[in-house]
Amino acid sequence: MIDIKNVHKAFGDNKVLQGVDMKIAKGESMVIIGGSGTGKSVLLKCVLGLETQDAGRIIVYGEEADKGDRDAFLARFGMLFQSAALFDSLSVWQNVAFRLMRGPNKLSKADAQEIAIEKLRRVGLKPEVGLKYPAELSGGMQKRVGLARAIAAEPEIIFFDEPTTGLDPIMSGVINELIREIVVEMGATAMTITHDMSSVRAIADKVAMLHDGVVQWTGPVGNLETSGNPYLDQFLNGRAEGPIEAVR
Amino acid sequence: MSMVSGFLASIGAAVLAFCATVGRIFIFAASAVSHMLRPPFYGRELLAQVMQIGFYSLPVVGLTALFTGAALALQIYSGGARFSAESVVPSIVAIGMVRELGPVLGGLMVAGRVSSSIAAELGTMRVTEQIDALVTLSTNPMKYLVAPRILAATLAMPVLVAVGDTIGIMGGYLVGTGRLGFNSSGYIKNTVDFLEVGDVTSGLAKAAVFGFIIALMGCYHGYNSGRGAQGVGRATINAVVSASVMILAANYVLTEAFF
Repeated sequence: MIDIKNVHKAFGDNKVLQGVDMKIAKGESMVIIGGSGTGKSVLLKCVLGLETQDAGRIIVYGEEADKGDRDAFLARFGMLFQSAALFDSLSVWQNVAFRLMRGPNKLSKADAQEIAIEKLRRVGLKPEVGLKYPAELSGGMQKRVGLARAIAAEPEIIFFDEPTTGLDPIMSGVINELIREIVVEMGATAMTITHDMSSVRAIADKVAMLHDGVVQWTGPVGNLETSGNPYLDQFLNGRAEGPIEAVR
Repeated sequence: MSMVSGFLASIGAAVLAFCATVGRIFIFAASAVSHMLRPPFYGRELLAQVMQIGFYSLPVVGLTALFTGAALALQIYSGGARFSAESVVPSIVAIGMVRELGPVLGGLMVAGRVSSSIAAELGTMRVTEQIDALVTLSTNPMKYLVAPRILAATLAMPVLVAVGDTIGIMGGYLVGTGRLGFNSSGYIKNTVDFLEVGDVTSGLAKAAVFGFIIALMGCYHGYNSGRGAQGVGRATINAVVSASVMILAANYVLTEAFF
């Protein structure tokens, strides 16, 4: 379970998070939606410790996120970055096997490569792709490799940051399906950030709408259309008029 | 009065900003050094960086040293002729190259090549979230990216400068024997006789410090790069400029120390 309690974060005068509360149950897939610059990525980075919250608490499986053994804490996580964030200097299989070849439980090169190839296959890529470098791959393939890397060490929690950004609708659908399948198959807790409503419907068990630094609405994905929340309605229908100020 | 106070305030703000930057660089350097001393060690990364920083800089440093040594021989001959002291050419070329020009010019050339490359690489990794990705993969970027680069530069620069010094002396020798009429064995004897161990060690110590500065500036500016292409570009410029200025400043301090 991930428990986010009254988290605040500001960058100078810009108060990005102003008291975010959220609970994600074990094995649940939570999708966070909201306009650009509403702090979705910042919230995710706070959970991972890439940013430190100014106030509030983040508790992951009973442990404070900013205390204790960082390596052990981060070993529970896998993350797919918006730009895939693959390491240019390493081949695809080395990217996927990066965590497997490091740390106290590191595997031999052969074993790590075997697992990497298996994970690549799981995300629909042929073993030959493993020998290529990230720059040789299309955007969709890079996302798949990023996904393979995120699940390589079989983490308990997986974060997805804008998983379909920059992809065509068909490839977006493929990535959404893969994410859903993998999360269910692994029984992992998932937290996804997206603007893409098709992703929301494909991936989410629950949805949280972030705006003005707080969660404006949260509930099951089935209740999205009937929420009656003016922020959510405006976001879902893409209207310029409403409580969310649209800059023209 | 308000203009004066505004002027003073702007000077104060600049001084404070400078002090803050120096403090950040010091903390960054201390953190990098502490990661060099604590496991895990990334030997493969270190080796790759030694190749990248040391071996691949050899042509640049070698050519710089060759032409500098050759020009130095001509200049010293020209100056020495005014006092009928043309015979000092071999010894002054050797001492000048080993104590001063080898480390400083080598350092500046490597700063241009390596500092910019490190800053651009780490800056791009920062912008494309690769550094964040390292953290989520339980790998400390200071240990995996920064420490091997700084250690590699610190170890590689003295070797690079030693080779550069030799090539520079060779440049002087070629001009001395080919153009200025020196006898080959006499030139070499003069070079060896006047060169002391302290000359060599002080030059190599300078080179190690310059290597540390070059990689530190590249890593610091790249690691803290701003967003987008502009941020990476600025990081690259700042890395080269600050490394070059710091090399010249450190050169004076070290020369005083070895004087």
